[in-house]
Amino acid sequence: MEYEISLVTAVGISVLFALSLNLITGFCGQISLGHAAFFGIGAYGSALLCKVGLPFLLSLPLAMLLAGGFGLVVGLASLRVRADFLAITTMGVGFLFVGVVRQQERLGGEMGISGIPDTGFSKLAFMLLTLGLCVVAALFSHYIRRSWMGQVFNAIAEDEDTTRVLGVDVPRFKLAAFAMGTALAGLAGALYANNLKFISPDSFGFVESMTVLSMVVIGGIGSVAGVTAAAIVLSLLPSLFTFVGEYKLLVYGGLLFLMMRFSPDGVTGALRRAMAHGRR
Amino acid sequence: MLFIELIAQGLIQGSIYALIALGLTLVYGLLRILHVAHAALFTLGGYMGVLVTNQFDSLGLAMLVAMLVSGFAGVLMYRLCYEPILHQPPFVALIASIGLFIASEEIFRIVFGAYGLSYRNPPLQAQVALGPLSFKQAELLVMVGGALIIGVLALLQSRTRLGIACQATVTDPEMAESFGIDLKKVRYVNFFIGSALAGMAGVMVALLNNLVEPTMGSVASYKALAIIVLGGLGSVPGTLMAALILGVVEAFGTIYLGKLLDRNAIAFAFLILVLMVRPQGLFSRK
Repeated sequence: MEYEISLVTAVGISVLFALSLNLITGFCGQISLGHAAFFGIGAYGSALLCKVGLPFLLSLPLAMLLAGGFGLVVGLASLRVRADFLAITTMGVGFLFVGVVRQQERLGGEMGISGIPDTGFSKLAFMLLTLGLCVVAALFSHYIRRSWMGQVFNAIAEDEDTTRVLGVDVPRFKLAAFAMGTALAGLAGALYANNLKFISPDSFGFVESMTVLSMVVIGGIGSVAGVTAAAIVLSLLPSLFTFVGEYKLLVYGGLLFLMMRFSPDGVTGALRRAMAHGRR
Repeated sequence: MLFIELIAQGLIQGSIYALIALGLTLVYGLLRILHVAHAALFTLGGYMGVLVTNQFDSLGLAMLVAMLVSGFAGVLMYRLCYEPILHQPPFVALIASIGLFIASEEIFRIVFGAYGLSYRNPPLQAQVALGPLSFKQAELLVMVGGALIIGVLALLQSRTRLGIACQATVTDPEMAESFGIDLKKVRYVNFFIGSALAGMAGVMVALLNNLVEPTMGSVASYKALAIIVLGGLGSVPGTLMAALILGVVEAFGTIYLGKLLDRNAIAFAFLILVLMVRPQGLFSRK
């Protein structure tokens, strides 16, 4: 049972992380290749706060605030660049985060941070907390999508210039997407740190950014259910097949490529097309 | 003294960046694709270089084979991977390219092993004194060879029919096509040249480090992207300047900022800083 519980917890954290990127890339169309940095900021924030004696539950909102704050700064900077420039800038942010953490002894340097104190939750309770937060995040995403703000996000994703001409304050909505998405990533990171009790810079690098992006893309950009499903499947794959565990990156890379090559709107898009085809 | 040495080291690194980034810029100029998988061709070139040199003991042959193999692999990559998704929004090709790159890194690991390969007797390792500085022969080859190749390419681009056709296609594909330029041919040629250059850079890096490993492309790929963005995306002279500047900035940065940031972080901090001031890159006219 122990193993299943920790597996489900890890999957839950992946779902939360994927939903956070979905707010930015899925809803608002702003591609980010450095999202793991905010996951990392949440993880480091929570780990350090817990180590100085703050209770775990209090560290969660603080980690969100910290990640969201950094997200707002990066968002402000990103307002100046678009499309391909934005992709490369966010990639740079990811490398910057890892590069800074690696060189700072106070942040654990290469060795990372270990000995994060006990949360006071049992394994089972921690899993339930994670799953609860996943449900809240999914409902929140769903609510955002159907709100006025979600409509504007969609408009920005479809055609930014037209949206601007229509009198929408595009930068404000982009910033909102960035702040919400990065704060949620921070929450996922805080859970990750407290679940593993050990973090190191390697867990927040480019590959992790790509992994979470692949969850969003394969799930079908913007679809809450699709992204959740993709996050579950992709994070389970390595543990279900030890074969895949060894070649995890080959499978990720291959799936990512094949998906884009044959069905750029993800599994959701492929299903939708298949259903439309069936009806005809 | 340290000052001059750092500049020289920066220029060597910059020449390699330039060779890698040049292909990326050609591709971006033609297709508006951020071709991350370009670095896989760089790695492929490095492996070919080491394998052929160890087998036949000839660096010249190794260079030729590496450039040909990488060049054809690049054309194949374009034909199979990019051509069918050209009409999709740009991030589709970007993500496909990243996927391709991650997968190919794994393939290198599976085929050639995780620990990498080295030259049995590494060529061109003797030291040459140039005034107060001393270089490895390989380092000189990188600088001189890089400059030579880039010069020849510039000449070909402005003097030959095909070169002019390439330029026309970059400026306005539709107009170029209506003048009877075969877009497909231009794209194939560009992919071949750009990929061959990446292969050559791979051989050179393998010479400098006496090591090729599956992950040798990862840093190169991200940095080459930073360089073409710095250079203003699609501008060839801008890319060359940006490559050299980044090489020098890194050389100084690792000495003076090494305690705060690692080498990659310095490159990207510089990139972000520049983009905040000039969102269109250093050398874009727009």
